[in-house]
Amino acid sequence: MIILASQASTLAPSRIGQPNAVAMAFFVVFIAITLGITYWAARKTRTTEHFYAAGRTISPGQNGFALAGDYMSAASFLGIAGLVSTTGFDGLIYSTGWLVGWPVVLFLIAEPLRNLGKYTFADVVALRLRQAPVRVASAIGTLATVILYLIAQMVGAGGLIKLMFGLSYETAIVIVGVAMIAYVLFGGMLATTWVQIVKAALLLGGAFLLAVLVLARFGMNPAALFAAASTKYGAAVLNPGKLVSNPLDAISLGMALMFGTAGLPHILMRFYTVPDAKAARTSVFYATGLIGFFYLLTFVLGFGAMVLVGPDAIKGVDKGGNMAAPLLAEHLGGTPFLGFIAAVAFATILAVVAGLTLSGAAALSHDLWVSVVRKGMASAGEQLRVARIATVVLGVIAVVLGITFKGQNVAFMVSLAFAIAASGNFPALLLSIFWRRLTTAGAVSSMLFGTIATLVLIYLSPTIQVDILKHTTAWFPLKNPALLTIPLSFVIGITVSLLQSAAPQEEGMSAHDRRMHLGEVGD
Amino acid sequence: MADAHDPLRVLAAARWRIALTLTAVMIAVYFGFIALIAYDRELLSVRLAQGLTLGIVLGALVIVVSWLLTYIYVRWANAHYDEQLAALKSEGEG
Repeated sequence: MIILASQASTLAPSRIGQPNAVAMAFFVVFIAITLGITYWAARKTRTTEHFYAAGRTISPGQNGFALAGDYMSAASFLGIAGLVSTTGFDGLIYSTGWLVGWPVVLFLIAEPLRNLGKYTFADVVALRLRQAPVRVASAIGTLATVILYLIAQMVGAGGLIKLMFGLSYETAIVIVGVAMIAYVLFGGMLATTWVQIVKAALLLGGAFLLAVLVLARFGMNPAALFAAASTKYGAAVLNPGKLVSNPLDAISLGMALMFGTAGLPHILMRFYTVPDAKAARTSVFYATGLIGFFYLLTFVLGFGAMVLVGPDAIKGVDKGGNMAAPLLAEHLGGTPFLGFIAAVAFATILAVVAGLTLSGAAALSHDLWVSVVRKGMASAGEQLRVARIATVVLGVIAVVLGITFKGQNVAFMVSLAFAIAASGNFPALLLSIFWRRLTTAGAVSSMLFGTIATLVLIYLSPTIQVDILKHTTAWFPLKNPALLTIPLSFVIGITVSLLQSAAPQEEGMSAHDRRMHLGEVGD
Repeated sequence: MADAHDPLRVLAAARWRIALTLTAVMIAVYFGFIALIAYDRELLSVRLAQGLTLGIVLGALVIVVSWLLTYIYVRWANAHYDEQLAALKSEGEG
């Protein structure tokens, strides 16, 4: 799928890949501002409630930007623009796919999650069930999602920075790792949230400016831009192409994107940073607006790059097409604008890995250490200490994995992370909210099945067997297993629960259901 | 509070009804779009205007529909759900 990991050639007459003073300057300013924010946030981060949930003081508008910041990765910015610039219409399949999970988050998850949980989505699943097994299973789902997503981002960051700034891959990875650990370790959720907000504003602002400059060449009319593309490269660029050669593959990927969003640990964690369920609701509304707008912009940018830069020139710099947006920026605004967009892309990756690391650290410390190892008996000081140790551990793991996977094609890991979130995390979370007969064994088997089956089926799929291992056939036909694993995770969770023949619940509303709507007094 | 006329229960059921309906509409719209791409490329390739195919318009509409659905839900929740919830909370306390 969308990616950052392909290799560059040095044929194009672009300034890309040479040290760029403007990019460096913008990047240094970004680092300075975000470290300033971290210093300010560190002074406020004294308890676990601050560390994981920013003291629940984030406003809906701020959280809307932060959600968008957590979600709009460099993969979607550079990847979709690249895909559109080289294939035309087909990129739109991704633009829509990345957005449609958000209404689902709003309707089904955001408010109950805020009312029922504290720091992680496991809080909600474990609420009525036995703590230890549920926490372990959801930590496995969380860590699998977070680590795969982190690898994709880190490898992308290394390649991107090498391409844009001329730094070595390892240096780039270490810079990302150190900055990200600093944000999370010292500033916790408060710093991470503001880093997301700054990044979201920069990314949206940069993409908007770029799109306006493109459209200005076409009388501010997108249709005129598309018409120019079709005149230059054939009418086919406006029609569905060969990306969707297998309908079931398209539907399966669509399911992973749609339901995976509602199972991404770093996204779910954001709903605890606002004061109440209403604020959680409003923040998803803003986020959906911002993210939808962003994906419409990437579509315009892709066609802009196709017409103004040209698919051959784009592929000449990076075979995967990832440099379409930066090349477009260079074409329209010269080296300074290229520098600005490069710095924005770097800031984007940095912010996303910070959010991922924080949610992974919460699973390690809050779910595993505090709830399972210490059975809820850890002191406040110990909880905060363990959370910080977990942050450093995950940060180091991210750097090591980033360097280990150098040069590997890790693009599939983003869709794999979505598939695990959709099959491992989402069904159990939804059932625990909706269905009072869910049992511990039901939740645990659903989560473990979803996570493990997704990993195994991806390994057996053409994604790994054909694309990476170069075998001629694959045992499992679909590139993404979500079509199969999401329904099966639901069926397994429900069947196992029913087999235990739990006593029928009493009529009327349980305390659980009352809390889901009313929230907890004093929370 | 165990009877079927528990006002919170009625309100909760109303919220789930709306949430599930809107979710179903979103699923139908998105997978309808994907199914068209998969099974009826000719239809999506129809030119509506210079530079605009039906596919591009429908793709953009998927995003617009996502916005509209979230707007409908938030409007309903802010106007009705929150108000009734607040009334129930104050009753509960009083």
